[in-house]
Amino acid sequence: MVDRLTLLRGAVQQALETNELDGVLALRADHNGTVPHLFRTGDDLSGLALWPKYPLTRTLDLLLSAQPGARLGIVARGCDERSLIEMAKRNQVDLERVTLIGLACTAEEAAACRCARPYPTKIAVGERVEGVEDTITSEHARLSLAERAGFWQRQFAKCFKCYGCRNVCPQCFCEECALEEDLWVERGVLAPPFPMFHLIRAMHTVGKCVGCRECELACPADIPLTILYSLLRRDVEEMFGYVPGASLEDRPPLVVSGVPEGWA
Amino acid sequence: MDYQNVLTTCVYCGAGCGLYLQVLDGKVVGVLPAKQHPISQGKLCIKGWNSHAFIYREDRLTRPLIREDGTFREATWEEALTLVAERLQAIKAQHGPDAIAFLASAKCTNEENYLLQKFARACVGTNNVDHCARL
Repeated sequence: MVDRLTLLRGAVQQALETNELDGVLALRADHNGTVPHLFRTGDDLSGLALWPKYPLTRTLDLLLSAQPGARLGIVARGCDERSLIEMAKRNQVDLERVTLIGLACTAEEAAACRCARPYPTKIAVGERVEGVEDTITSEHARLSLAERAGFWQRQFAKCFKCYGCRNVCPQCFCEECALEEDLWVERGVLAPPFPMFHLIRAMHTVGKCVGCRECELACPADIPLTILYSLLRRDVEEMFGYVPGASLEDRPPLVVSGVPEGWA
Repeated sequence: MDYQNVLTTCVYCGAGCGLYLQVLDGKVVGVLPAKQHPISQGKLCIKGWNSHAFIYREDRLTRPLIREDGTFREATWEEALTLVAERLQAIKAQHGPDAIAFLASAKCTNEENYLLQKFARACVGTNNVDHCARL
């Protein structure tokens, strides 16, 4: 059986040759790790790498914005594809300019991310594996409301406002961020008063968070943000039947909810 | 379109977190945490996340300045270092080596700070060595 990396090299090569792309955004092996890299036609693809993943859609947005005529490919895992779909709904990316090379995650990668949907809708490389049950989150959800409030109070007390969760988030693309406004977040105050800072961010990613887990991985204080955002996604699905990134056609609940009958 | 990520070490403190500078068409436009870095493990503080921000600042110091009559003028490194050496020698000759203190920096490497204290003790002859966090 041909390994996943060899298959990916073939898929990237083919995308570059057949789609007249200005490049394919993927991961390259670098200093015993990986880093986002723009592979161009004729480039040596032996450096392609798979893991650890990076939030590639942020970099894609950076590149597409810098060159408005460019057409790019991206090696997209399930979370990358979901991210692009939510970005497209909010006019953050023009999917006409993007070619997706779908990459299915391995069982080990899915377990590392506690990912419920570790594959894109169209898989070019890799075998689809089933989603992983997030037992850490489900155990947390069994606590009482008071216990959960206490838990988050202790966790958020560790925050020293690096803004890494926002900086790394593929769904944080506001030109002006509420977390930088003195009205909401006073400068020079650590930890930020409970619970405003984190709940502002949580509210702003409702219906957008695609469960990539990058915020938790970027947190120097090891705040288990995946629990918070998994439960937000659970609520959005239970209350509005909406799964962020599942389809381009589904409309985000914040756009269509709360309008009284007959008003729309 | 040319996009590169350059692995480097955060300049802001002695922790030495690893980060990638995002370079787009020859210009540094952002920072990515280096996930494989043994110290920072893909995490950065707010200074690390913004450690590219000073690169193109108009008020960034890019040359040595010498103050004369209350105002600064640009100078060459040769002229500036010669002036510093002459003044240190003059102060030491007039008041003794303990009239001079050396303040090391958390922004420097271990090796640079080692050299600074070595210079203070062996060359100038004082144990007045401290660091910038106590300025």
